[in-house]
Amino acid sequence: MRRRPSDWRLKEMTAMSGSSLLGATPATVALDASLEAYARRFRERPGRAKPLSPQLRRLEAESIFIMREVAASFEKPVMLYSIGKDSSVMLHLALKAFWPSPPPFSFLHVDTTWKFSEMIVFRDLIMKKLGLNLLVHVNEEGLRRGISPYASGSGLHTQVMKTEGLRQALDAYGFDAAFGGARRDEEKSRAKERIFSFRSQSHGWDPKNQRPELWTLYNTRKAPGESIRVFPISNWTELDIWSYLAEEEIPIVPLYFSAQRPTIERGGQIFMVDDDRTPLAPGEAPQMRGVRFRTLGCYPLTAAVESPAADIDAVIAEMLTATTSERSGRLIDHDESGSMEKKKREGYF
Amino acid sequence: MTSAVTARHLASAEKGLLRFITCGSVDDGKSTLIGRLLYDTRLIFEDQLASLQVESARRGARGGGIDFSLLLDGLEAEREQGITIDVAYRFFATGRRKFIVADTPGHEQYTRNMATGASTADLAVILIDARKGVLVQTRRHTFINHLLGVPRIVLAVNKMDLVGYSQARFEEIVADYMAMAAGLGFKSVTPIPLSALEGENVIAPSALMPWWTGESLLGFLEEVEVEDARLASAMRFPVQWVNRPHLDFRGFSGTLASGALAPGDPVVVARSGKTSKIRAVVTADGDLERAEAGDAVTLVLEHEIDISRGDILCAPSARPTVARQFLSHVLWMHEEELQLGRPYLLKMGAQSVQAVVSAIRHRLDINTLSPAPAETLELNGMGLCEITTLQPVAFDPYRDNRETGAFILIDRFTHQTVAAGMVEASLQKATHVYSQAMDVAKPARSVLKGHKPAVLWFTGLSGAGKSTIASLVERRLSLMGAHTYSLDGDNMRQGLNKDLGFSDADRVENIRRIGEVARLFVDAGLIVTASFISPFRAERDMVRSLLEPGEFIEIFVDTPLSVAEQRDPKGLYRRARTGEIGNFTGISSPYEPPVDPEIRLLAGEGDPAVHAATVVEYLKMAGVLARAEDAPLDFSI
Repeated sequence: MRRRPSDWRLKEMTAMSGSSLLGATPATVALDASLEAYARRFRERPGRAKPLSPQLRRLEAESIFIMREVAASFEKPVMLYSIGKDSSVMLHLALKAFWPSPPPFSFLHVDTTWKFSEMIVFRDLIMKKLGLNLLVHVNEEGLRRGISPYASGSGLHTQVMKTEGLRQALDAYGFDAAFGGARRDEEKSRAKERIFSFRSQSHGWDPKNQRPELWTLYNTRKAPGESIRVFPISNWTELDIWSYLAEEEIPIVPLYFSAQRPTIERGGQIFMVDDDRTPLAPGEAPQMRGVRFRTLGCYPLTAAVESPAADIDAVIAEMLTATTSERSGRLIDHDESGSMEKKKREGYF
Repeated sequence: MTSAVTARHLASAEKGLLRFITCGSVDDGKSTLIGRLLYDTRLIFEDQLASLQVESARRGARGGGIDFSLLLDGLEAEREQGITIDVAYRFFATGRRKFIVADTPGHEQYTRNMATGASTADLAVILIDARKGVLVQTRRHTFINHLLGVPRIVLAVNKMDLVGYSQARFEEIVADYMAMAAGLGFKSVTPIPLSALEGENVIAPSALMPWWTGESLLGFLEEVEVEDARLASAMRFPVQWVNRPHLDFRGFSGTLASGALAPGDPVVVARSGKTSKIRAVVTADGDLERAEAGDAVTLVLEHEIDISRGDILCAPSARPTVARQFLSHVLWMHEEELQLGRPYLLKMGAQSVQAVVSAIRHRLDINTLSPAPAETLELNGMGLCEITTLQPVAFDPYRDNRETGAFILIDRFTHQTVAAGMVEASLQKATHVYSQAMDVAKPARSVLKGHKPAVLWFTGLSGAGKSTIASLVERRLSLMGAHTYSLDGDNMRQGLNKDLGFSDADRVENIRRIGEVARLFVDAGLIVTASFISPFRAERDMVRSLLEPGEFIEIFVDTPLSVAEQRDPKGLYRRARTGEIGNFTGISSPYEPPVDPEIRLLAGEGDPAVHAATVVEYLKMAGVLARAEDAPLDFSI
């Protein structure tokens, strides 16, 4: 785990919020226990109390089919693990798809060094409990250039630390297929992405020259150096994800649930002060608010919502009456219309 | 962990999922209709709506309203052209059902996208502009849905506001359409009048069309039955991945394509005929007592039998067809047209084999839906074709099983998906496919000639010494009294193949014709020497597949590029190096060496006569030159 700067103010606040970097608090003990129980399920296979809903069973089977197809067709696949709820579902599906074998591919996290600290704690603990080897890649050259979301802006930060970082990692390890957790309901250009999406040697996506994808006959052929991005949860909606997390009792980062957290307001949106790197105006002090996150990314770029929803049922209840889309909290989507498509052409997931 | 909230949400999912596609001509209002469905089922969030309003205003949408199509046209290129160019998948749910909509483009050059959407659809919504009525495009869309086996059609007669919500106009269009769709075998065709722009009869019945007593579009989509045909079909379990974590566990992972299975059921491997019994149906949630179509499971069998990816497990009493030749509808999806005889990669379920389109029975004229003769299929062309595969494949006719009767063709060089196919029938039981039994059969000719027929296929770089060695071999064989004939690049290209150039396509056709000629000579009982660079493994394998085992003798004239280039007998390398000749094997085009040739001659050195003697020795050893007394006499006249 990367070490993060910290100071007295942060320590004080995290102690208050119950989300800690300081070792064993009641929260981390509970997390440890829940991840241990989760890992034990795959060892002991206790069986389900209640069958999975038909709709989710169909989506699950489709995703498993896709993952097996990749395992059988590529030499060196990798699953991108970004610690969020969609990644939690993907990881869970991968554990189920190949049981009793472990997932026959690596896991990779492209770390920007600006993730919420609770995400990193969760990441390292769940991988340890499951006995999986996670590769963590940081664009060191970007760090040397001093790229950060505050200094460089969201666009450049994402371009360098995420998109370029991802390309570096894919090239360095020579992965020929990479699973991503994108869903078609998230964004307009994603609605048109294939499940098996071909990428050139420079990782570019050519939306006008996509391979037709019929039935479940996925074309896995490519030349050396080219790669394929695979989106096994393409057909899931945000509601499907949450329902599945609930029915399958899959552990997720506690940031998805409401708690008192140190926050500031910027441009009408609420951000969490996750460590001392957040620039504060003279005299400005973070305020404790009851907030949660609908999506998790870099903390300076991911807005919180004020909400009392402290468990998964409450979250689903709020979502059923939600009036904004989940990506509205993602600053990188709003740079300009068509911006996601631009990022994707450059190799973003 | 199921609360009242989760339960309420999931209750809607219990009604199941409907996958449908929308098809229409340009400006029929497809995107507007889907936008309207999303909007009216509250699937558009405030932030999306806000950006939609800004965008609509910028583009000067009608009367300052919302242009719903902007919500859907995801790609910049499309927005610039103002048309939808690709397939987009949209999701919405009502209290009763979840929907996945494939939004597919209507204009002619993008038929392939429509077929893509139709391949997974339970139902198709075909839009018609009430002012224009049934168009050529409507016919095309209907036919593609028929071809792809979409069981149900909704005929959405849109823009009723522009014909004054006229019942007479609606009925006229419906009558036209029904006349056209009759005989295509849809389970149902349901006409519904509506106006997507005004929202009339989309979500709820319209007060402006009191004459309409049927349902609104959404009302119908929520209620229509989608019986899962896969459950009723015979059991098919395509093996996707062999699950072998350690020596004590060997399972076969896959998704049950059709039917159901349970522990204790007998199974047979379709291609090999090997049998066993299901011992356990394994999942991460525990072993199952039963699995049915659509379930992703891992099977453990009672016996250790040879099974790998691509095998299909089925019930011994209801097996798929296993064959190398079959008849299929083919939809061509690539700019580069179909080439008869060119090897493509055929992917059918988890099976991947080399295949050629060996003949086109006919092309379908989309306007008249009548068959017409054709020598190729171009982008968006459809035809009934004969397919021959290098190894046998297991399949069902597409109309019986969409899962095991569909395939795609992939170009072996560009790796593009070039075609989609739907199997009509096996060809191997049809007597006309077997070649005409001749009065004097091949073994008989062999007896008369005193040797077995064979093709000595010399492959290697230009300048490797193929023709030199081949002609020495032929001379020796003649002296021994063998009947021979020689084929080489130059004599073929001056005659039979003088219409061919050096493009990839022409090279493939060149080798295919040579293979067929060689086969005729072999049938006549001759030993044929053939000297061709033939750089691609697949083309050589294709010639091999035309002949019987033992008849094709691949001789790799293995001369290093540097030596061949130094020899450069025709000055070709020099011209290739300067770029004067393109696509030159070894320089600007690859050479794929044989993996396991019958003979490999290290011809960069040594006397060609010695290499020729090596070949003749091999022919004696292999029995080609021994008298063929043991061949059965077959004078069955």
